[in-house]
Amino acid sequence: MTVKIGVLALQGAVSEHVKALEKAGAKGYIVKNVEDLNDLDGLILPGGESTTMRRLLDKYRLFEAIQTFSESKPVFGTCAGLILMAKKIEGRKGPHLGLLDIDVRRNAFGRQVDSFEADLNIKHVADHYNGVFIRAPYIKSVGEGVEVLSTYEGNVVACREGRFLTSAFHPELTNDIRMHRYFVGMVEENA
Amino acid sequence: MAIAQTGTEKVKRGMAEMQKGGVIMDVVNAEQAKIAEEAGATAVMALERVPSDIRKAGGVARMADPTIVQEVLDAVTIPVMAKARIGHIVEARVLEALKVDYIDESEVLTPADDVYHIDKKAFTVPFVCGCRDLGEASRRIGEGAAMLRTKGEPGTGNIVEAVRHMRLVNSQVRKVVGMSKDELMVYAKEIGAPYEILLQIKEAGRLPVVNFAAGGVATPADAALMMELGADGVFVGSGIFKSENPAKFARAIVEATTYYQDYERIAELSKGLGTPMKGIDMGTLDASERMQDRGI
Repeated sequence: MTVKIGVLALQGAVSEHVKALEKAGAKGYIVKNVEDLNDLDGLILPGGESTTMRRLLDKYRLFEAIQTFSESKPVFGTCAGLILMAKKIEGRKGPHLGLLDIDVRRNAFGRQVDSFEADLNIKHVADHYNGVFIRAPYIKSVGEGVEVLSTYEGNVVACREGRFLTSAFHPELTNDIRMHRYFVGMVEENA
Repeated sequence: MAIAQTGTEKVKRGMAEMQKGGVIMDVVNAEQAKIAEEAGATAVMALERVPSDIRKAGGVARMADPTIVQEVLDAVTIPVMAKARIGHIVEARVLEALKVDYIDESEVLTPADDVYHIDKKAFTVPFVCGCRDLGEASRRIGEGAAMLRTKGEPGTGNIVEAVRHMRLVNSQVRKVVGMSKDELMVYAKEIGAPYEILLQIKEAGRLPVVNFAAGGVATPADAALMMELGADGVFVGSGIFKSENPAKFARAIVEATTYYQDYERIAELSKGLGTPMKGIDMGTLDASERMQDRGI
């Protein structure tokens, strides 16, 4: 069975995620409205601007719908998506969706001039993976049930807790689909 | 582990990918920047004056006072862009030193160099440039621009030029995709484009960088129109803060850009926005008043 995975499409790198999902053996869908979540087996919260996305999630009533969706389905957040999923965000009162027991720092590596590419090892996924970090966050600390998948200079940049997966870098900006394949596997197991 | 690389093509172009489907708003101070962020802008462009005021003021338009740029950088968490004059290497270096997230080498300001654009590959900070056709687009990409936008005719509140530029670039991209390699070389000569860039476009079937609409977006319907025509996102200059209720207007533009094919929604959000900026008919502009003819 081919699993159906949605990509939140309020703004950001949406089409790249859909393409990567299709290459990784899933069917990709664009999610703009609450009804779009019906029948999906998993969801990706893409890179973009987390501040913008949260405002739009509230405004367009997608926030609660995604929280409900996440109670039984896998979710993968990249960069801004990671921030949306964190339970703790430095300098901000309260979380957004609060799905993963992680404490994150936004724009942790600096502004755009500090954005970078680096070679990563990602547990269960890949050795030598090109991580593209754009005004990226990192994870300062993780809770007990969280498995760290990758670190860069001592900071956590990818992790998993049950059906939730996050990365501070952008797998959708490379042609390497190993991260997407891993997530598709998670969705298949859950479906 | 290899050492991290900053300022690569991938991180420069990738930054623009994160802006897709979004609205980038011109602001002249911290207060406006916060209104823009609150309304859901994906980035702000810090300026001393919006294009319609630059038009009115006349004289030489330059990079904004660094005080304004810093004020905006400190006010919001979304990315901050700023404009440098075409060919003004030092203005661009100053903006890079201030750590703005993107530089717009812009025809809205008075060009500092009437022959050359900045060698943008030499910078760590990424650049966005305006274009009216695929020749200009390819030359800017060749110089290292990591994002494009239509030139439109800034500060006029008239969408006609942005429409013309978006349609022309996209039709030329389609043409290139269908060409054989020998035809491509002659076409490169005709439109003054680097052959290698056209080859990349042909092979990828699309521009290698994101292309936004800019110049003359005055209503939510204008923003949606540009998305319909294939824009990756929208810059709004004078339109927002020259309108009667900027916060409401800004939210409406953002929503119309995301849901550009949901016409009932656009009808709803367009109600009671007050008068948009007055606008200028192209026929009434002298050649010397046309910003799009600068830096081609």
